[in-house]
Amino acid sequence: MPPPVRRIALDREPYVAPPRPRSQNGAAEAPAQRRSTARPPVSAVQERMRLENVWLAYGENWVVRDVTLPVRQGEVLALIGASGSGKTTLLRSLNRLTEITAGASRAGRILLDGTDIAELEVNDLRRRISMVFQQPNPFPMSIFDNVAYSLAEQAPPRGRRRRRTPEIEQAVTDALARAGLHDEVAGDLDRPALKLSGGQQQRLCIARALAARPEVLLLDEPCSALDPISTATIEELIVGLRESVAVVIVTHNLQQAFRVADHVAFMHLGELIEYGPSRQVFDRPLQQRTKDYISGAFG
Amino acid sequence: MAGVALGPAPPPGTLTVRPRRESVAAWPLVDRAWYGIAWLTGIGLCLTALSIVAIMLVKGVGYLNLADFTSPPAASLQQNQSGGFSDPIIGTLIVTVIGIVIAAPVGVAIAAWLAEYARPSWLARTVESAIEMLAGTPSVVLAIFGLAVLSQGYLGFLSQGAARGSLGESFFNAGIVMSLIALPLVVASTREGLFQLPDRLREASYALGKTRATTIRCVLLPAIRPSMASGIVLGMGRIIGDTAIITIVLGATLRNEPVNGVPVIGLLRGTGSTLTSYVFYNSPAGEGNSHEKAYAAAFVLLVIVLALNALVTRLTHGSGERGRALRLLRFLTGRV
Repeated sequence: MPPPVRRIALDREPYVAPPRPRSQNGAAEAPAQRRSTARPPVSAVQERMRLENVWLAYGENWVVRDVTLPVRQGEVLALIGASGSGKTTLLRSLNRLTEITAGASRAGRILLDGTDIAELEVNDLRRRISMVFQQPNPFPMSIFDNVAYSLAEQAPPRGRRRRRTPEIEQAVTDALARAGLHDEVAGDLDRPALKLSGGQQQRLCIARALAARPEVLLLDEPCSALDPISTATIEELIVGLRESVAVVIVTHNLQQAFRVADHVAFMHLGELIEYGPSRQVFDRPLQQRTKDYISGAFG
Repeated sequence: MAGVALGPAPPPGTLTVRPRRESVAAWPLVDRAWYGIAWLTGIGLCLTALSIVAIMLVKGVGYLNLADFTSPPAASLQQNQSGGFSDPIIGTLIVTVIGIVIAAPVGVAIAAWLAEYARPSWLARTVESAIEMLAGTPSVVLAIFGLAVLSQGYLGFLSQGAARGSLGESFFNAGIVMSLIALPLVVASTREGLFQLPDRLREASYALGKTRATTIRCVLLPAIRPSMASGIVLGMGRIIGDTAIITIVLGATLRNEPVNGVPVIGLLRGTGSTLTSYVFYNSPAGEGNSHEKAYAAAFVLLVIVLALNALVTRLTHGSGERGRALRLLRFLTGRV
């Protein structure tokens, strides 16, 4: 016997949220107040990478379609878009990390200082374009060894212990300092990295990526697994880094993109919908889909 | 737990509900019967294991003399004149070390290839089948095979030269054949450890411009040291417990018989015995037939194997006492 149907009397009007006050161009009010991260000026902006009509596929499934973008040193470029829009795939293609997935293919050109990255030796390329992932993924070794591992000039460790020359110690200290972690861990660099907090682990991963002296730093939603305080620390760090490396960050978090990015690329279903200075994309988007996404219509 | 502050309890008189255990009495008869059988088998197994240890303990300790550890066996019909088992203990040690020194690096290398490369896939499948075959082959078959190969004349440097070909029986050869029975355990355990590692560790290393080989050597293998160690310890246990290979490839002589009197190499090229073959020799089935010695040696053997098992448990389930297990590991592997 079917259960009795409960009838709900529509005795009141459904609740509709009152419209948010909007400025003339349709964006949410007072954008200037949202920018909280201090943004030190950079001395020069210089184009380092260029994506020309890039198409990316896993098997027959073209997840990125015809994307053309510049990546500049002195700037943070944020890739935003809904899940499945291809932002992470695009990011991973920049240091050819997509190639470790079987069946991945690429069309179009990705240039690093004018050279197609397909022509560069892949491990060399990945030292020049290093990456930080969504989940903090320190290696199960000491803090020192985590950073020392990625030093390019580091000879493979032989014997029982990694040799610690003064140069290596200096390089590790520098990288930790650039990632804003040095003061917190300086007392005991031999502590296991997995004993650090999540935010510290992520900064350790950034330090590890920086120790390779990269020219481009890729960040794949680096704060999505972190608490707000760690997130703020890392955002500040990212903005500070753009002086010395070109930074590309993928984020789900629009506020974060607004806080850290100089330029924003909005992707939807594998296509680049809009690219421009972050102020313009957030305040006066040219495309309707960007407008819808930013105002929360979908995503 | 000490040091944890307890939160406030509800006021007295509050009705608290504790989950009640499900009553077996409410189950159908068939389920109750199976439940009873399951209990009985479990208890039966515990009793069996317990009685093995208890009987070996009572018999073994009763017949065990400290002098047995220091004196070599002697051929005698009187049990009190048949010496101790210092040579078999040394023999066990040598065979285990040779076997595991071969099996550990080869096994780890095979496991790393299977887990991280495995291309072409037909070769990977073949290697997997080969490992399974090795794991399933009775050790006596491996022993006969080993003897057939190792008694070739050009391999005489591993044992002693004979009139035609070589004797084929020596510590070297026994260790080599023993490595075959330890190999599958090392491979399985290492491979399992590698499979358990998250891919983000590999990606993190690749993203730093490290090659696959560097990643395996510097990140993945250090991360699975507990898995490797437990595979190695299991393999050692298997080597220590094997009798057939000792009888056939080591000769199972009463004493260790060095060749030509050369200090170390001579001993390794010579024949000898281990605790297992010693127990067999002194059991009613063997020629020595001094059961007191057999019990004492079997007890020592059991203690060694149980200690190795405890070590494996500690290595693999070390989460609660991670610190101690890791310290032990560092001690074993000599690394920080």
